[in-house]
Formats: sequence, C-alpha cells, structure tokens
Amino acid sequence: MSETRVHFYQVGSFAVGNRLLSADERTVQSDRRRTNSIDSGHRACQGCGEALGARYALDAAMRVTSGQLVAVNATGCLEVFSTPFPETSWQIPWLHSLFGNAPAVATGVAAALRVKGRDQVRVVGQAGDGGTVDIGFGTLSGMFERNDDVLFVCYDNEGYMNTGVQRSAATPPTARTATTDAVGPEPGNAFGQGKDVPRIAMAHGIPYVATATVADLHDLERKVERAMSFHGARYLHVFVPCPLGWGAASSETIHVARLAKETGIFPVYEAEYGEVTGVTKIRRQAPVTEYLRLQRRYAHLFGHPGRPDVVARLQAMADANIARYGLLATEEDE
Amino acid sequence: MDRPFAITLDVGTSRANHTGSWRIERPVYVDRLPPCNDACPAGENIQGWLYHAESGDYEAAWRTLVQENPLPAVMGRVCFHPCETACNRVQVDEAVGINAVERFLGDTAIERGWSLPAPGPDTGHTVLVVGAGPAGLSAAYHLRRLGHAVRLVDSSPRLGGMLRYGIPAYRLPRTVLDAEIDRIVALGVQVATEHPVLDIEAEQRAWGADAVFLAVGAQLGKRVHIPAGDSTKVVDAVSFLHQVADDDPPLLGRRVVVYGGGDTAMDAARTARRLGATDAVIVYRRNRDKMPAHPEEVEQALGEGVTVRWLSTVERFEGGRLVLERMRLTPDGLPEPTGEYDELDADALVLALGQDTDLSLLEGAGAVTVSNGVVEVGHQMMTTQPGIFAGGDVAPSERTATVAVGHGKHAARGIDAYLRAETPARPERHALASFDRLNTWYYADAPRTRRPELELVRRQTNFEEVVRGLTEDNALFEARRCLSCGNCFECDNCFGVCPDNAVIKLGPGERYAFNYDFCKGCGICARECPCGAIEMVPERI
Repeated sequence: MSETRVHFYQVGSFAVGNRLLSADERTVQSDRRRTNSIDSGHRACQGCGEALGARYALDAAMRVTSGQLVAVNATGCLEVFSTPFPETSWQIPWLHSLFGNAPAVATGVAAALRVKGRDQVRVVGQAGDGGTVDIGFGTLSGMFERNDDVLFVCYDNEGYMNTGVQRSAATPPTARTATTDAVGPEPGNAFGQGKDVPRIAMAHGIPYVATATVADLHDLERKVERAMSFHGARYLHVFVPCPLGWGAASSETIHVARLAKETGIFPVYEAEYGEVTGVTKIRRQAPVTEYLRLQRRYAHLFGHPGRPDVVARLQAMADANIARYGLLATEEDE
Repeated sequence: MDRPFAITLDVGTSRANHTGSWRIERPVYVDRLPPCNDACPAGENIQGWLYHAESGDYEAAWRTLVQENPLPAVMGRVCFHPCETACNRVQVDEAVGINAVERFLGDTAIERGWSLPAPGPDTGHTVLVVGAGPAGLSAAYHLRRLGHAVRLVDSSPRLGGMLRYGIPAYRLPRTVLDAEIDRIVALGVQVATEHPVLDIEAEQRAWGADAVFLAVGAQLGKRVHIPAGDSTKVVDAVSFLHQVADDDPPLLGRRVVVYGGGDTAMDAARTARRLGATDAVIVYRRNRDKMPAHPEEVEQALGEGVTVRWLSTVERFEGGRLVLERMRLTPDGLPEPTGEYDELDADALVLALGQDTDLSLLEGAGAVTVSNGVVEVGHQMMTTQPGIFAGGDVAPSERTATVAVGHGKHAARGIDAYLRAETPARPERHALASFDRLNTWYYADAPRTRRPELELVRRQTNFEEVVRGLTEDNALFEARRCLSCGNCFECDNCFGVCPDNAVIKLGPGERYAFNYDFCKGCGICARECPCGAIEMVPERI
C-alpha cells in the first residue's frame, strides 16, 4: 500500500500514546520500557498528582540522558511516601538530605561529578512547593545565581500536604488549609502577591525556566527534554493536584490540572535566559468556577450566599494571567 | 552482618507494600455497545471495522464488515445510515461519515477483487430463498457461510430486487450492484431467475428444501381513485422505476407530477427530470417536517430542480390539467381539506403512495399468518408455520434495504438453528456507550469530510452516479474521526496516567491489564479513558 500523509490521528497528540503515530512521536510514558523511576508500592494517597508528575519528569530525563541521572530530593510528601525505611520506590540513583538544602546538595553532586570527570551524568534536584518556595528558597536562589548544572523540578501542590495540609507561599488566595481557616470576612488564605517562583527564576536569567502540568504529558516531556539540552541552572515548575489537601476526588487529579491551565489560573509557558519563548495556549477556555467547584478547599465560596465577590477576584487573577502571557489562541495559531 | 553502623535491615523495594489493599473500588476494562452498532439495522460492527480502517488496513476492515453485511458497496450508497444519526460525535462536531467509509471499503474490495469468506462445511440441508432483493441475497450469503445449500429464485430476469428495479442508477450504479451480487452467487448459490413462485409449499417440495425464506418484497404500487380523463397518463412509481431499470422508460411528457412524499416519490421525480421533464413537481399533503422521505434525498431532489407543492392533494386530472385541493394541518399534524383549489398543468401523474405486498403464493400455506398485508414473524424471522421464514418488506418493519439485509442475516441464523433443532442463541448485548461516558478532551478537532456531488447540470440529464466516493486520504481521515465509543483503541492513557504503575501494557492488539496488587482504586484511568472503556466497580470487602 502506498504511503499517504494524513495530518489527523484520532486522538492526535492529546492522549499518552496513539497506535497510529510512529514510536518516536509517542510519549516516554507510552513505552513499556519506560524507567518507572518511582515504582509501585509507594504510599502516596490515591490519585496523587505528585507521584505522577515525578514519574513523568524523571522518566523523561532518564530517556534523554540514557539513564545517566542522579536525583536529589528535598523532604516532603515525595520523599516520605517513597522511602519508608527499609523500602524504597526509587529505581534511579536518589539522595535525600534535609528539607531546606536540596538545591545545595544537588549543586554538590554536580560539582563532584565534574571533579571526577563524569560530565555525562546529569543531576536533577526535586522538591515540593514547601521545599522550593519556602524552606529551600535560599539555596535554590544560590544555585540559580551560580548557574550550577542542575535541573531543579518543583512539584507544586500548593501546600504542606504530608504534615497535614498547612499553608505555603504557593497556596492560592482564599484556599482553606489547616492554617488558613475558611472563617471571617476574608476566609481561607489571604490575597497577597504570593511567590511566583518561575518568574523569580527567570529574573535570575538562568538558561531555562518552564511550567507544566500533569494534564499535558507531551508538553511536560518536551520541556524536560529541552531543559536537558542546556547546561547550567534550569527550573521546571510542575502543577500537581493533591486530592487530599484540595478536597478533590482522587479520580479528578488530571482533570483539575487541566482546568487550572484552561481557566488561566496556572499559566503554562517556557522561558530562556529570562525571556518568555513559548506559551501553551488555552484550548477550551473555562471560567474559574469550573476549577474551584471541584475542590472542597474553595467550598466556602459557593452555596448560599457564597462569595461571588471573591470568585470575581480569582477570575480577575486568571484573566490577568491570560493577558500577561497571551494564553488565548488567535487566528494565526489555528 | 556487614551492614553499616545502626542499620539493621537491608534496603528493599516498595513492591513489598501491596497498596492494592487500600482499594474500595476496582477498575475493570469493559466493552460497551457503540451507538452506531446499536442503531445499524444490519447489525454491523461499525466501530470494529472502522478500527481497522483507521490504521489503513482496509482489507481487515472490509472482512470485519462482511461478517455481517455482504453488500457494503451497495449499502454505502443506498443506506440512510441511522448509525450516523446515532453517532456520539454529533455532540462534538459532526457525525462520522460512516456510510462514506463503508462505500470506500466496498468499492476498494470490488476494485481489488477481494472475495467473501468461503462457505462453511456442507450440512446436507437445502434452503429455498424466494426473492433476490437485499433480504434474499443477505440470507443466501449467511446460509452459505453456515454450510447450507441455497436455491435462490426470483421472478425478474436479473437478481437484486428493489435494489435493481426500485433504486435508480444515479444512486446505485449497476456495475456495483452486479459485482456484489456476483460475489454472493460465487459462493455456490443455485439461482433461478424469471421464476415466479405461485405456491410456496409446492415450490418447497419441488426443490426438496428443508426450509424456506420468503422475501418477495412489496412490489405493488398503491392506487387511489383519482377521477381522470381518457387521454391522461397515470402510472404508479414502482412500475415507472421498474420500466426505467429495464431500459424501457414510458413517455411521460415535459410536465410530470409525482403524488406522494416518500423516497420513492423523490426517486420518481428525479428520474423524470433525467428523462427530460422540464417540470417535475411533487404534490404532498403535509409539510416538509412531516415528509417521510429522507432529508438528504429531499435536498438532492430540490437541488436538481424538482419542486414541491406542500399541503396539497390531487382532486382530479383531466385534459392536461391537475386540480389540487389545498390542505391545512390540524394541531395533531394531520392534513385536513380547506375546500380551496389550485390548478396545475401536467402531462402525466405518477403515483408514489406506498407499496403493497403480493402474498398470493402463501394461499396454500395455511399456517402462515398474514395481517395488515404483512407476514407475522417471531424471533429470528420464523413465521407461524415452522420452517417458513420471512423478511424484508413482507415482514413488519421499516421498509429499507438495510433492514432487509438485517432480516436476511437473522433469518439465516434462525433457519440454521431450526435445521439443527437448536434454540437460537441470543448473543449477549453490551450496555450502551453513551456520550456522557466519553472524555472528549482527548479527541483531535476535525470536521467531517463531505462526499463530492456531481454538479447540478450534469446530474439532471443523465444517470451517472450523483454522490461520488471518498479518496483514500479522505476515507482514512473520516475513519479516524471515530471516537471508538466504549471500546479500547489502545491510546495508552490508562497506562500513562496511573500514579501507581498498576496498569500493564500487553502490547499491540492485546490491550492492557490491571495489577490489582498495587492499584489503589483512585479512578484516574477510568476518568481519563477517552472512550469510556474502563468502569469502576465496588470492591467486595
């Protein structure tokens, strides 16, 4: 049969795999030979977005580096649920030291490998948003400033989840946590500037900064691959819903992440040397209420009488993201 | 004991921790019935054959198709595709062009000379099939596959029944029809044409047949009394179309009026246009919403310059002039006379008011029950007389070629069970794959590919086929628009989205399995399955 070029493949590149695509156009995750960097039997909650995000990012990095990879992990859910002594879920070289020093340890590992002349071995540092945005922030900024050869990945679930869902500097306004009760005239977490670490990372002028979600695997894997093509400090911020802490159904993890992107709440983009170079456009725009209603941490905003005024402020934040990054598709993008 | 200081245990894998014990619901893979399959009167596994067409394996697709229906090139032209009406993709953009892909497969099969599956091992039984229309042909095919000898008789000189003598050539070219009929006959069907059957039981004895399938169709055009002058020409649409098919068209003149609102009326009017009528007018007693003709047919007829007098009945016809009475619709949608009249010049009047069956051949078969002009049939098409089965237009149903093909298949299976003295098995029916079970995010956006139509001027004057086929590119594109509702198409989503690596990918064509030792029952796989082929069921605790 003659070869015919067809530009349409049923699920195109939205699904994880696609039997109609050639193997190199499918994701790492669709491959039976993927590393499974984090193995079965880990104790993450049902539907954990972070377990998923970590496997996605590390398996992609393992493929790009042909398995020449060391991961350094901060304290946090990811470390706790994967390594209760004497078990480990890690199927890659993996180190854990403290909550606040993962970027510094990663720097050290990179330096040691350089001294030993093993430049082909690459280093990934990883932490949750607590270890990145709050506790590890000083060492992270130092790692950026020195431009150490580390890809640092933050799995952002917007709070300290394994210690009982406390607020972090990545917790969004109005969200209820154990330390931000949904009471009073301004219920939940306060409105403020928060800490937008991807933009802070960009301000360091490092080679590569990107955001991604667990809902768009092709995008996430491409960004890991892109990040590994640079040397120097790189930063990847992955949005990973937490069913427990957010009060969402465990089955909704990916759907919630998708809505965060489709509403404009979480802008997905990438930047090189401090300049935005690419934006993942919104495909089916949705109002923020669709995202908020799936999560009990926002339940106080709805019902009777509800807080339509507060919802409007959150919508305004999403709209500001859409405007800042140009998240809406234009005719030219079609 | 050479462990480091203060370390008492070796490092072990987390696989020791069987997190499957956390689960209160377990995911299971299911196959659901796609709405297209559910709607197909011929019982085709549409999703099944589209799956093969998607990968460009047209032969496998065609082979899956002909498991149920031996006439894909014919059906790809004349079927009114209830599958597309039922298609879930309607709610995303437009229905998948199933009918167009079916035609592409049928045409490709003819072009490449693929043959039907070989007949089954000889059972020693003989079945008489009376009538070689779509029902009879379908029954003959399925009976041969089941290993029964088939005698196929028809009163006309050629096989095909209404496919040949009712459907005009611009909708179904005769070369296509002949090719698909020849393929069935080549399975070893013994054929007798120009063989009218007058007494079914005598005929059965004459052939030594163990069972009979009666599929003589509805060949008699219904007549109504219309006062008409001597010189006026009034014909019925069935005879008119039959004569055209015999290359012996009657002379109707320039102004032809067709009375009726069904597909036969459309066929008659469009045929009249092609024979040179400058005015082809359809007179119909209700409005367009109530018209029984399929909208596509109406659209094509209007596009060819056929006009319609809505809400009118024919009162009388004399001296080249037709008197029409205007009607109005009651709130119940029934037409009622207004007492106002219009006139219309006409050279001929064609009556297309429905068709009746000629069941005089059953007079000897006393046990066959006939009511309202059709034969009563039970499960798997057996009449009230054991051993005599009936289908197609003689059985109560919607009278379409596709329904007839389905009847032929069911009757063949019923006859087979009867001859083996078995109770016919009812295959298990899966639950419907409804739209709300799909996760449409994952499907690429793609509007439907249209089949090109012959330019208007050309199709008004000749019998060339109006609707052309898809190119291979378009057919492939169209097939790939299928959402595969309710049936896994191996997109790897479940394998990719499991946070616990508890989905095992079994390889191409083998789908997946769950590793229940580690599946925590979060339900992401079921939520993110595009086609709804995973179900969460409560765990027995």
